[in-house]
Amino acid sequence: MAKLLRANRMEECIGCGSCMLACARTRYQSLSLNRSAIRIRTAGGFRSSLIADYCLGCDEPVCASVCSAAALTPRPGGGVVLKKERCIGCGRCAEACTVHGIHYDEELGYPVVCVHCGVCARYCPHGCLTLEDTDATER
Amino acid sequence: MRQSVELGVPRILKVDLSSGSVEVQKRPDLAIWLGGSPLGTRLLAETVDPTADALAPQQPLVLAIGPLTAAFPVITKSSAHFKSPLTGNLGETHAGGRLATALRFAGYDALVVVGTSTRPVYLSISSRDVRLKDATPFWGLSTEETGRILRENEVRLGAGKRSIIRIGPAGEAGVSYACVNVDSYRHFGRLGMGAVMGSKRLKAIVAGGDLSFPLADQKRYMRCYEKIYQIAVQSSAMQKYHELGTAQNLLPLSALGALPTRNLQSGSFEAAEKISGEAFGKDLLIRKYACFGCPVGCIHIGLLREQFAAGHEYRYAGVSYDYELLYALGSLLGMESRSQILALIETAEKLGLDAMTTGVVLAWLTEAREKGLIPEDQLGMPLAFGEMQPYQGAMSALVRGTSELWETARKGSAALAARYGGDFDLQLAGNEISGYHTGYGTLLNHAAGARHSHLDSAGYSLDQQHPGAEPAELVDPLLAEEQERCVVTALHACLFARKIYGDRELVREALASMGIERTDAQLDELGRSTLRLKHRLKRAMGFKLEGLRLPERFFQTPTPAGKLDRAKLEEAIRLYDRRLDDLLAEAPPETPALSSH
Repeated sequence: MAKLLRANRMEECIGCGSCMLACARTRYQSLSLNRSAIRIRTAGGFRSSLIADYCLGCDEPVCASVCSAAALTPRPGGGVVLKKERCIGCGRCAEACTVHGIHYDEELGYPVVCVHCGVCARYCPHGCLTLEDTDATER
Repeated sequence: MRQSVELGVPRILKVDLSSGSVEVQKRPDLAIWLGGSPLGTRLLAETVDPTADALAPQQPLVLAIGPLTAAFPVITKSSAHFKSPLTGNLGETHAGGRLATALRFAGYDALVVVGTSTRPVYLSISSRDVRLKDATPFWGLSTEETGRILRENEVRLGAGKRSIIRIGPAGEAGVSYACVNVDSYRHFGRLGMGAVMGSKRLKAIVAGGDLSFPLADQKRYMRCYEKIYQIAVQSSAMQKYHELGTAQNLLPLSALGALPTRNLQSGSFEAAEKISGEAFGKDLLIRKYACFGCPVGCIHIGLLREQFAAGHEYRYAGVSYDYELLYALGSLLGMESRSQILALIETAEKLGLDAMTTGVVLAWLTEAREKGLIPEDQLGMPLAFGEMQPYQGAMSALVRGTSELWETARKGSAALAARYGGDFDLQLAGNEISGYHTGYGTLLNHAAGARHSHLDSAGYSLDQQHPGAEPAELVDPLLAEEQERCVVTALHACLFARKIYGDRELVREALASMGIERTDAQLDELGRSTLRLKHRLKRAMGFKLEGLRLPERFFQTPTPAGKLDRAKLEEAIRLYDRRLDDLLAEAPPETPALSSH
């Protein structure tokens, strides 16, 4: 059964960034904030809760529907699968996603895509992130 | 052409505010200094005029991060290096937050700012661009308002990835102990970096970047990361910091008689329970935050709920608290109300004042007023222990007051004592003390440490480990600790993680996994060279340990080990000085500018 990443307890986030670093080093062999499919940001200083931008795992992902090269295709259970050799670097996927769940990396030449592997959740010290079974997940 | 950026080879950004010019230098010759405090000290030694005034236009302001910044848990710090307007010698202060990470991904290991701008500016640094931008409209505004404006101006750097450091009115006014606020809730607190930025008309520095660094050996790196991460989140090494936080020290220190209270007229506070970490944790703690890269998250935020007018008129704010703040703006001022302490912390935050020195200055003024040593008409407010509103007014007067008294107070407690008398100024070598009246160790640490800061060598901790020790016995352990800390701060690990990064094998492995090879002997030599260079700089700046004034208050109020003996402390300081002579004699000066000292 497919699993999807969920950030359901962001009000408990301490903003340590361990999730982003985990994604970048595990999936992109990089020390990087940019090459992370999940991005933690503040909503104006530290005065309010932190926010996670990540792929929500749409059943009919708009990022895939605008991909003219068919580099992105819907993933069974939600989200997308990237065939990076097909990517032509147009960046329309990132423009189309209204929740900032996918972003284009100029240096890589293809988008940074969440594969819902959960390595970010494994390194979340406060359990704000979880990997959930698709059918148990409300969207 | 854009240079490649590689970890372990310092890449330095130099900005001249007088000419507006920008230069990037790769300095493989400085790789031997590794990073952090050693690298920053070395860059300061290259650029500072040791004998010129701390606020002279040509003086540098250096920022440095570590080679492993963001790469391993709890390696979160950056340091600033300058000539201190407060002590007149070595200025160095460390801060967490997001600055170190932001500079890492902008591609810089260090920043050197020299010169003075003709009008207020701020410096905006990204991986592709360095710009000086106009700060005239918000010159004069609080650190909070300045932060808000810069967050809106600098969206290109990305919320959460960027860092904003800025001064408040205190730095602009040249208060010798003005601090620099780092993001929200962290600070370059000590020794007057805020006044240095103010003198340069540099209101703020904003940094951020989107660089990515390839991992040379992904598996080796991930293994090492995992090991350190598990220690950081599971072991007891860090437990204290994410539970009650440093504030948990307050009750035990008061019970021991080591909590400076009412300008250290006492070592215990009868209201300690009310302002304890436990009490804050129970009633006012609303959340915790972390510096970027730290899974521990020790930043404790308390809820300040304040009635601002009659009826049901309230506002609220989140204010960060720590042990040193509860001491300096709490027990030291006889403050029994948790909410009022948060209000005082918030006032210091907005003005951009170092809370520790400010607390000591206010405590000195309060006692001096009680004793009739200072002109009441110049003071202009009824300062009294335990009274919040006059203290808030006094903080504003520290920044804006025009009388001779306030002009003097802007220079710190030693200046006040020199002008008005009263041998109860809680400072050593010009820097105000931390909240530990534990014994000889803490006094030796403050008197002789390179920064005159409790985090130089943790004398307070040594006192508690060896109660009743003779002061001369503490000299070598303090020097050894300070040397070791020069290695931890080369990595720029948080000193709260010194138990993790005190493990040399682990440190070597962490460095090696990122392609930086060091032996134990090299790391030892790095610590020793750094300590040597710091003390060489201090002497070049005119600092003498010999004949240092030791305010009488330290010997009047008993410590947990009883009353301290002035003659014994003086003897230990002489021994310390001889050890420093030996240290300095070990090697020739590192730069020509220091050769005459």
